[in-house]
This record gives sequence, C-alpha cells and structure tokens, in this order.
Amino acid sequence: MAGSEAVPTTIKKPKMSKDKKKQYIIAYIFLLPWLFGFLGLVLGPMISSLYLSFTRFDLLNPAEWVGLANYQEMFQDTRWIASAKVTLTFVFVAVPTQLIAALLVAVLLNKKMMGVGFYRTTYYLPSLLGGSVAIAILWKNLFEIDGLVNQVLAYFNIEGQGWISHPDYALGTIIILATWQFGASMVIFLAGLKQIPKELYEAAAVDGGTKIQTFFRITLPLLSPVIFFNLVIELIKSIQVFTSAFIISEGTGGPINSTLFYTLYLYQKGFTHFEMGYASAMAWVLVFVLGVMTLVIFFSSKYWVHYEDGGKL
Amino acid sequence: MDQSTKTSRLLTHIFIIIFGLFMLYPVIWMISASFKPETLIFSSPGLFSKEWTIDNYFTGWNVVRNTTFGQFFQNSFLISTIAVIANIITCSMAAYAFARLKFPLKKLWFACMLMTIMLPAHATLIPQYTIFHNLGWVNTILPLTVPKLLATDAFFIFLMVQFFRGIPRELDESAIMDGCGIFQIYTRIIMPLAVPVLITTAIFTFIWTWDDFFSQILYLNTVEHFTVPLGLRLFLDSQGESSWGSVFAMSVLSLIPITTVFFIFQRYIVDGIATTGIKG
Repeated sequence: MAGSEAVPTTIKKPKMSKDKKKQYIIAYIFLLPWLFGFLGLVLGPMISSLYLSFTRFDLLNPAEWVGLANYQEMFQDTRWIASAKVTLTFVFVAVPTQLIAALLVAVLLNKKMMGVGFYRTTYYLPSLLGGSVAIAILWKNLFEIDGLVNQVLAYFNIEGQGWISHPDYALGTIIILATWQFGASMVIFLAGLKQIPKELYEAAAVDGGTKIQTFFRITLPLLSPVIFFNLVIELIKSIQVFTSAFIISEGTGGPINSTLFYTLYLYQKGFTHFEMGYASAMAWVLVFVLGVMTLVIFFSSKYWVHYEDGGKL
Repeated sequence: MDQSTKTSRLLTHIFIIIFGLFMLYPVIWMISASFKPETLIFSSPGLFSKEWTIDNYFTGWNVVRNTTFGQFFQNSFLISTIAVIANIITCSMAAYAFARLKFPLKKLWFACMLMTIMLPAHATLIPQYTIFHNLGWVNTILPLTVPKLLATDAFFIFLMVQFFRGIPRELDESAIMDGCGIFQIYTRIIMPLAVPVLITTAIFTFIWTWDDFFSQILYLNTVEHFTVPLGLRLFLDSQGESSWGSVFAMSVLSLIPITTVFFIFQRYIVDGIATTGIKG
C-alpha cells in the first residue's frame, strides 16, 4: 500500500485507477487480522527472542546482554545435553517405527473388503486421542509396577517391573505411546495408495512378480512423495513432544533425566527457573536443528522421492 | 473366488481385528475400570467385574476443592469455541485475500505465511509470554484466544487457500456481473462453497485447542480458570495413586467431546487429512 502513491510519479503511466486503489484497500482489510498476528505475534517475537537469546532475562528485570554466554553454557549443561539426547533418540526411533507401522497397516487396509471403513476408524482413533492428558495418565498407569502391562505379563509368567520408574525403560514407554498413534499417517498413506494406478499391479502380476517384489518395486517408489510428506510432518511433531513426557514424569523429566525432552527442559528453564534468555537460546537451537534436518530431507529427496511428473512441484 | 484367496482374506480380517482390539484395549480397559469399585480395578487385567458402580464419576467430579470438573469443562468449551469461530473467520479472510485478490507485496506475505507453518512455537514463546504478561493477560483466556483472532494458525490459511483456488473463477465473474463486490463474493460465493474445508478447520481447531496442554499450563494458573487437561493433572498430583477409579472416570469424560466431534464429522476428518496430505 505504501508504494501505491509513488508509482504514478516515477513511471509515466496513467494514474492508478480509483477502482484498483479501492481493491487494494479492501484486500488489505481482509489480510489485516493475519498481518497483525504475523507482525505482532510471530515476526516481532521471533526477532525479540533471537535478541533475548544473547541476554540474561527473568521477565521482571530488563534484559542484560551477555553475548554468546547462553549458547556456550548449553554445551556444558549436563541436563541440556541429556535433553538433546532424549529428544534425538525419540525422533530417530519413534518417527521410523511410526511410519513403518502406518505404512504396513495402510497396505493391509488398501483392499476392497467388508468393514474397511470401520477398521480405518479403529486404527485412526489412537492418534485422535493420544495427544490428550487423559491418555498420558492412562499410559503412566499401564506401565507402573502394578499396572495392566505387568498384570498381562504375569499371565505369561514374566516378571515385569516399574517401567516408568526405570531410567532404561521410561523413554521406551513414551516411544510406544507415539507409535501407538500411527493412525493419522496411515490415513495419509491410504490416500496415497489409492492414487497408484491399478494397471501397474496387473502388469506386475502378468510378469510374475511376487507380492514382496511389487511392494518394493511399485508401491514404495510411487508412494515416496507421501512418505516424504509424512516424514517431514512427523519430524516436526516429534521434536516438539511435551504433554506425554510432562504427565508421565510428573514434570520432572525423570528418572535420571531419562524423559527430559528438550521442550520439557525448555519449559523448566523458562517458566520454573525464569531463565528466559537461556530458554530463548534453547528455542533457537531447536529451530536451527529442525531447519537443518528438514533441509537434509528436502535435498535428499532428489535421490529417493519419485515424482510422476518428473519432479515438478 | 477360489478357496485359497478366501482363506487369506479371512486371515487378513482376523489379523486386523485382533490387532485393532489389542491397540484399543487400554482405552476400553480404562472405560471399564472407571465403573469398577476402587478395590477391584487392579484385581485382574480383564474387563469384567463382580460389581459395577458410578461412584467414581461423582467423586472425581467433585474432587478438586471449591470447584468441580463442571467448571473445567465450561472453561475448556469456552476457549475451544472461541478458537473455532475465530479461526474460521480470520483464516478464511486471509485465505480469500491470498487466493483471489490482488494487492502489493502479496508474494512476500504469502511466503511469510508459508514459513510460519513449520516454525516451532518455541521460537516465539518467551516474547509472546512477555507481551501477554505486560498486558496483564496471564491467567485469563486472552492469550489462548487472541492469537486465533489474529489468524496465527497459518496451517489452516494454507489449507483454505488450496481449497479456494479450486472454486471456479467464473462464479466470481458472474457474481460481479450481478453487481456483487469483493465482500459479497466472499460471503455469498466463497464461504458457502467452502463448507467442507471450514468444517475440517473447525474440527481440528477444536481438537487441538481442547488438547493444547502446553499453552494452558503456561497461561492459566489458578484453579477457577483451569481447563479439563489442567484439572486432570491437578487431580493426579493431589490424589496420588490412591484413587485411580475417579482419575479414570474424569479422563474418560475428558475424551468424550473430542470423540463425539470425531464421530459426527468423521467423513470430513478422514477426507480432510487425506486431501491435505496429498496437496501438501
């Protein structure tokens, strides 16, 4: 809008018509809520949090410039290192297992059979419910020493233990909870599978390809754009997991930091210790790492994502 | 159909059903446990019980001092409803501008909008908190609702832009012939035709807002403002493990709104995920 008056004087063209001007104004009225939100709640805060990451800030006193101190401190902070490890372990285990489960079940359900809609709903339900505090509470109970899991194990004469309170297993229970929610990715895979032309499978059958061959030679390559999409979405989602870790560890990230997810530690730093400069620095490291991982996936996609139209997006 | 395909089909069905039951068993077990007397909940891993009771629901409902879960539900519903209405109006306005109108800097703003979709909330968290703190909005519903009034859920804008682009432009043109302006095209052509994407937006806004534990724990800190997830957490902390029956009862209740929305609008949800997945 700012440039609209300058245009007619610099370039010798007929004056911008009143209609056009009016149109621009109306367009900006439609855009206004978003524009306010973007400038005031996204862009402004982004810049400000970048600045705060170089300061010591506790909300009540003015921020005090400390240069790179927050960033340097992180690499000596054993809890920070633990939290980075927990989140990376989680991402590298939970994302692939979830996607594999989603893909296998999607292939199984991609048939014309009775009750397929019902099955699809059943498998989708966990991802609808799984993000809630209620399910996190249930999970905590399931894996406790006298919980359902150990009762079932006792049936088979296996002696269980307090999975939640053991530092080697606590993270595992949260990974299982994440894998349990494969339904949303499954629905996206199902939509992708429907797009694969039937003729390809028929041709493969004529050529005597086995089911496993067809899966690896036809289904997987043709589904690769969807795998790519799901991978990016799940990466962004899992690097930010908070609720389940918070509830299951009662906000501590224990035992022995084994469920100290990155976002949980960021929350503790920012809102329990009020070290908001440090928390901002942590946030920017998160943005940076997520950005790098996403870029790696994007650039590697050339080699493994197969587009029907030759790669035009 | 020959015998071997028949058998293999049957086996597929059996596998799918057993695996599905296995997955949903914990939830079904929680529902059954919420109706069992406290002492019988952990007596066996099965679903059945010698005695059934609804006492857990009464105890759970009134367990937090000076308030009830009714208050928490009211707060959750208020926040979620405002979020739904706000997202439908403001995201569709922005999407309409991006999909249909011409204006300076359009490409720049559109790129900005796309970038914010993938931006983790943590990047803006501390300054946002500082702003809301300075405005005196902490411990009110404003930090949870005002961002929705300012269309900060860029994902939905993107979703709507994709949908709006699919609505034939001839409809706009004939509306202009009939004397409609830009506003009327939005209210009379675009919005009525965009009902499916608006419903998808409404459902996901509702579910995500209802479950948005992180923002709620950040901004709401006294019991009378607590939402259902915060109420559950408080309950768990204060009760310890002595009363799982009522914890489960309230957990079950907390899942009902989401489940209901899901079953009413199931078609839109599944189609919504599928189409966004492909178009994304």
